[in-house]
Amino acid sequence: MSEPAKIHVMRSQLGRVRGLGAARSGTQHWRAERLTAVALVPLTLWFVYAALHLMGLPRAAAAQWAANPINAALLAALVISTFHHGALGLQVVIEDYIHVERTRLGLLLLVKGAAALLALIGLFAVLKLAFTG
Amino acid sequence: MAEFTLPANSKVRTGKTHVAAKGATRLRSFKIYRWNPDDGENPRTDTYEIDLDACGPMVLDALIKIKNEVDSTLTFRRSCREGICGSCAMNIDGTNTLACLKPIEEVKGAVQINPLPHMPVVKDLVPDLSQAYAQLRSIEPWLQADTPAPPDAERRQSREERAKLDGLWECILCFCCTTSCPSYWWNGDRYLGPAVLLAAARWINDSRDERTGDRLDALEDPFKLYRCHTIMNCTQTCPKGLNPAKAIAEIKQLLVERQG
Repeated sequence: MSEPAKIHVMRSQLGRVRGLGAARSGTQHWRAERLTAVALVPLTLWFVYAALHLMGLPRAAAAQWAANPINAALLAALVISTFHHGALGLQVVIEDYIHVERTRLGLLLLVKGAAALLALIGLFAVLKLAFTG
Repeated sequence: MAEFTLPANSKVRTGKTHVAAKGATRLRSFKIYRWNPDDGENPRTDTYEIDLDACGPMVLDALIKIKNEVDSTLTFRRSCREGICGSCAMNIDGTNTLACLKPIEEVKGAVQINPLPHMPVVKDLVPDLSQAYAQLRSIEPWLQADTPAPPDAERRQSREERAKLDGLWECILCFCCTTSCPSYWWNGDRYLGPAVLLAAARWINDSRDERTGDRLDALEDPFKLYRCHTIMNCTQTCPKGLNPAKAIAEIKQLLVERQG
């Protein structure tokens, strides 16, 4: 016979299940994840189509294309949607699989910070191309 | 960090084989998970050879035959033997279902039987469902209304209102769906799981209940509700043919709807 197991938790099941209560959030996250996914379908198709057309052209032609306000706005929308969607999705993966509170918090900050920074870099690149060529 | 193998004392070993008596005509092996909390041993898989010509058609018939005639120490829950009590929920041939509703003929080869996945095991095929029961209790699965019921009469519903409960009230709380859900495996301490969310939907959709908003409030949480990633194992495994994934999706829709 092995040693009797030590009991560390004597709180009732109901108390544990109720825990800290409902956070009253999550709906915005869920909705934003789906909206960005839907937005990315036409944006990505448009971008692939445009990139194929620009292939082989000189840089000046690409800059001229990006200077068109519609193209610049769609590029910016693509950058924002991509990184927003990516950050929301990775957040879910981290919350699913990382159960050590500190690691989880660190990874969430890292993912959100990296996504925000990459989105900013992308946006400035679009603006630079559109305004200065 | 992540563990990729079972702890040493949880590894399932090969157990005893109980050979059928001579003269058996139609043999089938049943490989059954065994674990006894009192003997300090690892879990093991025992094999029982059963003559299907001397046994009822369902997996539960075989389990009862084994317990009565071969090995009385085999432990499992059963009661109604007709798919209405939910006691004999277990993992048969890789799928969670009710032993009483699962024909042996549907299984090819040896019949592998395990307890419901990812729940603590009490003994053999008996899982500890106390967390799932507490989760059911936490959504307050009873009618809540401030308007008093009419004197000496029941609260009335139109046919259309009653129809909204179809596909929800039939749940027998066997927890086949909840224990088939990977999200529940990883976060069962916080995620309520499909069975409990289906029960919540049953009360959210009840026209006589007046606490719909409070019920939605209690579910609006990244873990309690939104750990559902529409994996659909719940709907696929439900032995009653219900669709918990759809019920959960409808709760999510209501939460968006009330945001305006």
